[in-house]
Amino acid sequence: MPDTALPNRSWLRANRQRVAPWVFLAPAILFFAIYVIAPIFQSMWFSFYAWDGLGEKEWVGMANYVELFDDDRFYTSLKNNIIWLVLYLLAVPAGLMVALFLNQNIAGMRFYKSMFFFPFVFSQVVVGLIFTWFYNPSFGIVGKVWEFFGASAPSILGDERFVTYGIIFAGLWPQIAYCMILYLTGLNNVSSDQIEAGRLDGARGFRMLRHVILPQLWPATFLAIVVTVIGALRSFDMIAIMTQGGPYGTSNVLSYFMFEQALSEYGFRMGYGSAIAVILFFIMLIFISYFLWVMYQDEKR
Amino acid sequence: MMTFKTTMTGLCASALMAGAAGAGDLVINFDDPGPAPKAAFEAAVAAFEAANPDVNVTANINDREAHKTAIRNFLSADAPDITAWYPGNRMAPFVDAGLFEDISDLWASDPNLSTSFEAIKPTMSRDGKQWGVPYSYYQWGVYFRADIFADNGIEKPATWDEMLGACDTLKAAGVTPFTIGTKYLWTAAGVFDYLNLRTNGYEVHNALTAGEIAYTDDRIRATFANWNTMLERCSFVDNHATMSWQDALAPFAQGEAGMYVMGNFAVAAMKDAGLTDDQIGFFQFPEITPGLPRAEEAPADALFIPSGAKNKEDARKFLAFIAQPDIQGAWNKEIGQLPPNSKAEINLDDKFIVQGFETVSTASGLAQFYDRDAPAEMAKGGMEGFQEFMLKPERLDAILNRLDKIQERVYK
Repeated sequence: MPDTALPNRSWLRANRQRVAPWVFLAPAILFFAIYVIAPIFQSMWFSFYAWDGLGEKEWVGMANYVELFDDDRFYTSLKNNIIWLVLYLLAVPAGLMVALFLNQNIAGMRFYKSMFFFPFVFSQVVVGLIFTWFYNPSFGIVGKVWEFFGASAPSILGDERFVTYGIIFAGLWPQIAYCMILYLTGLNNVSSDQIEAGRLDGARGFRMLRHVILPQLWPATFLAIVVTVIGALRSFDMIAIMTQGGPYGTSNVLSYFMFEQALSEYGFRMGYGSAIAVILFFIMLIFISYFLWVMYQDEKR
Repeated sequence: MMTFKTTMTGLCASALMAGAAGAGDLVINFDDPGPAPKAAFEAAVAAFEAANPDVNVTANINDREAHKTAIRNFLSADAPDITAWYPGNRMAPFVDAGLFEDISDLWASDPNLSTSFEAIKPTMSRDGKQWGVPYSYYQWGVYFRADIFADNGIEKPATWDEMLGACDTLKAAGVTPFTIGTKYLWTAAGVFDYLNLRTNGYEVHNALTAGEIAYTDDRIRATFANWNTMLERCSFVDNHATMSWQDALAPFAQGEAGMYVMGNFAVAAMKDAGLTDDQIGFFQFPEITPGLPRAEEAPADALFIPSGAKNKEDARKFLAFIAQPDIQGAWNKEIGQLPPNSKAEINLDDKFIVQGFETVSTASGLAQFYDRDAPAEMAKGGMEGFQEFMLKPERLDAILNRLDKIQERVYK
């Protein structure tokens, strides 16, 4: 039918510049909407129900949230999430130090760099398993070291005082490698002119780092902070492998708590799990909006 | 992220199991790929096919944990004709959601099922109807290092005091009395169940798991008081919170620990760890309150027909077939467990099976297990409480109050 097709084609032709990006974006938008946006609202919706995932959903209003704010396990998880957030950020300065150390031109440097990067290539599950063995008081390296000094080793993963720190320490290993690689690429782009100029002005050592190098590394630092914060908030694999949230729930974090309530063997409280997910989402939203705002400010400049 | 992964695994698993089933095709989802369980299951299937040449059986054997996740998807999306699952409260969500087929008619009409399964029938029942057919069960009790006991001149303890005495001797000899691994929590529930069954009996166990008695009740406090005695005089291995039940076999096999409160499935693992038949002994958990009728833990494994099954007629035929005494006998001989059919023969060459049979057939009541008798949420909270108590006995009051709070919510 040429009558209708013709005006259509001319409209397309006239707006080609404006339509083209949307056509290219369409598949991504579609999938993003189905797999990311829709589930967010679905979770919020589920969080008002009591539902075991099989039978009838029962509307309970805010009851899941009321219960959540009265649940000791929730506060334990929240506290652990905050500890994770603070300590996990140590990966950023540590990654910077390793990167500065490795940023030299000597024979075989590429080999050393890749060795340092290796832990990030491992699956988190493998890292968790390796550290579980390290920490084993009877045959792990920690036990042997303590034994050498004539003391009996603490059970790091079995003691509520140490367990979260033990898991975070294990998690830092690959995270430092990740930050290191971000900084190494950043260091490649540091302009030698400015270093040269700094040197002429008498800057050395720490002052050089602080006032000349670091400002140029800001994009890498920003990226490292973003991935580390998000990594800390969704720490899940390590906890699932190393302790399953134990002993008696003391190493739980919100993401694992959510899984435990909604999908694990003793869980299947979809509504309650969704309520935890919603709270976690809002916590993440604070950080994400801040990051987006910073990026927006950078773009404007 | 994991949520998504798990769901996907479940979906993939159910998609893989979606073998098109026409008339005469029977699809079974089984949940134990271990060499012996798999061989025993396949032998039963082969015998069924030989007896029913017109039925073509397709068996999907999945890993136990994966099966637990996948079952929720495949029951509602693309149901097999038969699936493995657990009785007691573990089948309750599926029964209540209408996902399991009511097979009371089979239990009533099949002479074998209606007469030879008296002891186990209650655990297969819900709302007065039967929902599955058990193919195996196993005893719990105390496994001990017979050689270490003999070296230290310890007799098999028959009473609570004798067991505490045995603990004293073991400790003096530098052996930790009990091993256990509580990382996955349920092992602690085994100890609790036995202490509670011996302190208060079967009725209290049932009333507690049914939510009729509070955890702060004096009777339950008495159970914990006995547990405290056990912790003090019979200490458990250190670091048990970081170990699985398999990890906890190491101190037992190396002679660092003398006893293990466990199910009979652990014997095979103990032998794999290098122990011989003569080094391992078994005794029933000793009497605490004198004169109390002795009840035992004896969890069963069973097969169920999903309500979405396509070939329910042959599925019923299969369940009736595997309930027969000879099939149950052969199956359980292979896997080293007990046949629920009271007319089935047991393996008299296996001393653990002989003792286990003696233990459960003379028991006044059979409990499934804390995490099968109590609803899932209560079980999780309760078992965390047990683990915390084992590590920090001084927190007993806080733990019991918390369990009461959970109980109030779960059973409302």
